[in-house]
Amino acid sequence: MDAVILARAQFAFTVSFHFIFPAFSIGLASYLTVLEGLWLKTSRGLYANLYRYWLKIFAIVFGMGVVSGIVMSYQFGTNWSVFSAKAGPVIGPLMAYEVLTAFFLEAGFLGVMLFGISKVGRGLHFFATCMVALGTLISATWIIAANSWMQTPVGYAINAKGQFVPAGSWLPIIFNPSFPFRLAHTVIAAYLTTSLVVGGVGAWHLLKDKANPGARTMFSMAMWMAVLVAPIQMVAGDAHGLNTLKHQPAKVLAMEGDYHPSPDGAPLILFGLPSNAEARVRYEVAIPKLGSLILKHDPNAALPGLMDFPRDKWPPAPIVFWSFRIMVALGFAMLGLGLWGLVARARSHLYDWTWLHRAAVAMGPAGFVAVIAGWVTTEVGRQPYTIYGLLETAQSHSPLAAPAVATSLLAFVLVYFFAFGAGTMYILRLMARPPEPGEPEPLHIPQHAAGITPASAAGDAIPAAE
Amino acid sequence: MGGIDLTIAWAGIIGFAVFAYVVMDGFDLGIGILFPSFAVGDERNQAMNSVAPVWDGNETWLVMGGGGLLAAFPLAYAIILPATYPLIIAMLLGLVFRGVAFEFRWRDPRHRPLWDVAFSLGSGVAALAQGMTLGAILQGIHVEAGAYAGGWLDWLSPFSLLTGMAVVVGYALLGATWLVWKTEGPGQIHARRLALWLGTATLAMLAAVSAATPFLAYDYWRRWFAMPAVLLTAQVPLLVAITAGTFFWSLRRGDERLPFLLALALFLLGFAGLGISIYPYVVPRAVTIWDAAAPPQSQLFMLVGAVVIVPIMLAYTSWAYWVFRGKVGTHGYH
Repeated sequence: MDAVILARAQFAFTVSFHFIFPAFSIGLASYLTVLEGLWLKTSRGLYANLYRYWLKIFAIVFGMGVVSGIVMSYQFGTNWSVFSAKAGPVIGPLMAYEVLTAFFLEAGFLGVMLFGISKVGRGLHFFATCMVALGTLISATWIIAANSWMQTPVGYAINAKGQFVPAGSWLPIIFNPSFPFRLAHTVIAAYLTTSLVVGGVGAWHLLKDKANPGARTMFSMAMWMAVLVAPIQMVAGDAHGLNTLKHQPAKVLAMEGDYHPSPDGAPLILFGLPSNAEARVRYEVAIPKLGSLILKHDPNAALPGLMDFPRDKWPPAPIVFWSFRIMVALGFAMLGLGLWGLVARARSHLYDWTWLHRAAVAMGPAGFVAVIAGWVTTEVGRQPYTIYGLLETAQSHSPLAAPAVATSLLAFVLVYFFAFGAGTMYILRLMARPPEPGEPEPLHIPQHAAGITPASAAGDAIPAAE
Repeated sequence: MGGIDLTIAWAGIIGFAVFAYVVMDGFDLGIGILFPSFAVGDERNQAMNSVAPVWDGNETWLVMGGGGLLAAFPLAYAIILPATYPLIIAMLLGLVFRGVAFEFRWRDPRHRPLWDVAFSLGSGVAALAQGMTLGAILQGIHVEAGAYAGGWLDWLSPFSLLTGMAVVVGYALLGATWLVWKTEGPGQIHARRLALWLGTATLAMLAAVSAATPFLAYDYWRRWFAMPAVLLTAQVPLLVAITAGTFFWSLRRGDERLPFLLALALFLLGFAGLGISIYPYVVPRAVTIWDAAAPPQSQLFMLVGAVVIVPIMLAYTSWAYWVFRGKVGTHGYH
């Protein structure tokens, strides 16, 4: 294995691991805002209990996001130094702003959130919750701006050192052509992911006790969210796909498995085994004309094929073909779950259809899988470039020896599975406990300044924490 | 003109972030380094709780330093990180271990010994890696055509091992003096005894590093000992001697806060010494801050955010330290 492949594997591994946490915390922060808002409006203790239940989980998720995020701010330099040197003047400030907002808006106000409503008063506490939710969205905006610029670079000039620098205003760089589509698709994905987790946890407790009021409320809210947001996500995904076809056609053609141009309308390949070497999809199952209908909204519209592009500029089609299908299939499954919930609700069986609850539990982690599959599709689909059309991945990496990268990759894999595996186990333990009336606030000791969970956020596992 | 000012401003901001990181994460890493010497139970809980509220705020300065370096001095970021690759990776993994240990050691009493080991091992590895990175930068990095051109073990040398040990000992001193301030009873007595030993060891390390540095390159020698400059640079060791004397005096006298503050002063003097050795280079003797600087429009764009947010960060950090002032109990602050 050469150093570039290993460096790519390392970046993919660390960023995928990191991405799981914000994908959950973005949605959960907004959910907490809704819960606290409902509580302040209705004064129903039920919402306060749910708020406290999810706050404890949020604190751990956020903490793991921070720890895995520190690694990311150094990965660019350790493994991709040429990219950093060339793109730093454009990418660097966007990521620096992400750091500033992530750490100082989210982390700072999370400290107040965890400090407890009785200490700071309702108004300030709700304000802190809103700021944390806003902070997660702002930091998503900056990081998606940086990522989107790598996909659709505009507004740059190249200076005497061969660096990409802003040509003038920062606005075209931030609001680059793929940015609004990618941001919408990603944030909605985070919301959908969270609603599936909340729904899964609610369903788990309904299977044990149909009368638990907290479980009923969270399940009901999650099912509303799924049935409303899944269709919106499909529209957003469709728009994002059309945008990608316009700016990165080879990526879409690889996702579709379209090696050969289709002058009279492209089929939709449902399944098959794409092969870049043979330039065809083996064992393909296809529906004629449907591909053009989806991508051009016209069954007879012509579509190019990968053969129209030089072979060394093809993304690895087998990976993106399948990651894209996994994402789409899970999207339909989410919509199906939402509709099933709607039917159950219409017939007043939302809380006692056991198979619905089982399905919701099974779908609990589906959002994470879909998010990672989507991320793989867009990032692997960008290959062979780091900055699309301008800087190749093979020219972006650090001057590193393969043994160094291989060793560090192995170390990352071992440490991450051990450390974050343990964290996930502790989160699952919190989720396994049913929401109770009189859910305790996170105990305020020992409390954290920048907001990562107080050690006592688990509440139950600490003897004599007073 | 404007570009030059911005570059100096950013060098100042990043220098400040690095110093803020070194002293703030320094004392909580130091507590991790000393952790095995604390008795299981109250003494360990007390030590852990004294930093639990602030350690993550402290580490944000590390992200600020890394992110800021990429944005303001991309060439320096792109040279230093590959040159010290295994050290940076080791530091990050060490920080992951100790970071999660803060959260996880309370969750299940049966797992506590495991997370205690993760905490002290992670802290020690991170501190050693940071110190060795400093040594690797000081001893010089092989740069050709604006890129790192050395091998992946160039950083390893007797000098970088010396600076690595110096930082480990120095952080442990900060940790011990922090505990003198924040604890009482047997824990404090233990910390005071440790501080005495560690103060001596830190001074010895500081002397060794200072003595070795001028021999790394003639440039360092000239900066410290050439005629008009020596009148200024000689103040640094003089101030170190005065600070060290006051430190031991205050420790013997039973002061609680002064030893920590004087240990910080020692770090500040060490940092000033590094500044004298390095400035205006960012990669010594190869790349100056102006060579490495991002264009003015990038530096200016970020400066707007930094000018607004850094003071907020400082205010928030001070507030947090204020909230958690006073002695820590075995179960956290009261």
